[in-house]
Amino acid sequence: MSSFRLKILVDGVAVGRPLVLDEPLSFWGGLDPHSGEVIDRRHPQSGETVTGRVLFLPSGRGSSSASSILMEAVHDESAPAALVMAEADGILALGAIVAQEVYGRSLPVVLLSSDDYQAVTAAIKANDKLFVELSDHQLHLK
Amino acid sequence: MTLTLSKKDQLMLAGDHGRAAEAAMRILTQMGEIFGAKRLIDIESAHIDGCLYHGDSGIHFAQMLVDGGAQTVVPTTLNVGAIDLVHPEHFQGTAAHAAKATELMSLYQQMGCLPIWTCAPYQTTQKPAFGQQIMWAESNAIVFANSVLGARTNRYGDYIDICGAITGRAPEYGLHLTENRRGQVVYHLKNIPEQLLAEDVLYPVIGYLIGSQSGSRIPVITGLPSGATEDHLKALGAAAASSGAVALFHAVGITPEANTLDQALQGEPAEREVDVSVNDLKQLLGHLSTVPDGEINVVALGSPHFSLGEFEQLLPLVRSHPPQTEFIVCTHRLVLAGLQKRGWLDELRELGVDVVVDTCVVVTPIVKASAGGTLMTNSGKFAHYTPGNIGFDVIFGSLQECVRSAAIGRVWRDQELWP
Repeated sequence: MSSFRLKILVDGVAVGRPLVLDEPLSFWGGLDPHSGEVIDRRHPQSGETVTGRVLFLPSGRGSSSASSILMEAVHDESAPAALVMAEADGILALGAIVAQEVYGRSLPVVLLSSDDYQAVTAAIKANDKLFVELSDHQLHLK
Repeated sequence: MTLTLSKKDQLMLAGDHGRAAEAAMRILTQMGEIFGAKRLIDIESAHIDGCLYHGDSGIHFAQMLVDGGAQTVVPTTLNVGAIDLVHPEHFQGTAAHAAKATELMSLYQQMGCLPIWTCAPYQTTQKPAFGQQIMWAESNAIVFANSVLGARTNRYGDYIDICGAITGRAPEYGLHLTENRRGQVVYHLKNIPEQLLAEDVLYPVIGYLIGSQSGSRIPVITGLPSGATEDHLKALGAAAASSGAVALFHAVGITPEANTLDQALQGEPAEREVDVSVNDLKQLLGHLSTVPDGEINVVALGSPHFSLGEFEQLLPLVRSHPPQTEFIVCTHRLVLAGLQKRGWLDELRELGVDVVVDTCVVVTPIVKASAGGTLMTNSGKFAHYTPGNIGFDVIFGSLQECVRSAAIGRVWRDQELWP
């Protein structure tokens, strides 16, 4: 098991199988909040389902409705377990904060340093049996 | 905690101004802490994207605010909703969907927002001035306000927008601060022929290119002609904010914080410089369309919403080449009134052009053709979102190419356009 220090944008605990997005994703127009499917047909992970996964994405992009889509996914129980990013995205963090405010459900949004992000996503790609746990400001791979 | 709140902020957070202001302040302060803001600042306007129906959660949030006594305290405009309230017959979804969309729009009106229902608020009477601090959502409106007008907003998302509107406050971080508005990546347009520089089609293509290469860095463009119009910059910004997270760009000699390259970079060296050739742009064209040229089922224009000037360009083209396919143009009510005044609306309708207001074709079911078909557009933003949002393949082309293609039901190309 290896551990990496996190910067917390939105606090919380999560455990799940990871899903790595190779490119940024605009959640609006890119994620179906009802099914959890990646629907941006130009995206490398088009067709994958984010529900319950610890979602790794380098950064956000596109529409300012991403926060709505994330919150709708929380409401529909199709949201990822957590978001792990290399670059802070205010719109996605906002979606998680508002979901907490309205539904009282926590969806951690955390940052890894750019080097750690590379290392962790490379480890995940090399081993599809890995689980990710976020707790105590640390990301644990096991 | 690095964030220091004013007395009034603290009272709002404590609930003295009602439950809505309390929740709004809780959200604003959390965002401020995430981004290391030292304080909150007054804003002069807000533009709200949260009024577009995506599902029940948006209604739950807005209802929570209305029940908590929310009222806007700064001039606040509304982005598109999910239904054309003037022409509800355009809506192709279920009655239940229409009812929810209308309910959400009504909740935001109850909070005192101005129902202009447009993604181009900067082309209405609500145009922020240079240097004004504002809280705007809607990615294309954000990039236009920052870049073309020199107003100051972060890339705000749905729900914090109304929090700013009902408290009049924004966390001071990011693009609210002068030092964070410095250009970072410079794109030099190289050897682009004069004739192409005058073409509208160039601008969304440049925008899409810099967006996909800049991520959230601030791009600076050199080599754009000084005659680039407001509509050109609108198309460029909307495309850049679709393919990337661009909230501000500088165009040297054109936008207000970039009289010179040095000013755009605030006297510092660029992080990266990129030369852009005609070939780079032509290669990008390939990414904007998802299928090869062939039959099309519908043409959609007006993302961001069409201006009166754009209608003025469209009208003679459709007079010469009336559409045979479905043909939709999205705009806002002020432009609609302008079309009516000039007698253009009736003429457009007789020629087979549907004019939609308050909403647009990629946010809600309007297109009558069945999903799985092909939609043609001159908008980089429509080209980006159409496949995922409404399940159509997409062909990108110039305004003239769109009109001529609609007239024959298959893609018509202007062979002179791209050298």
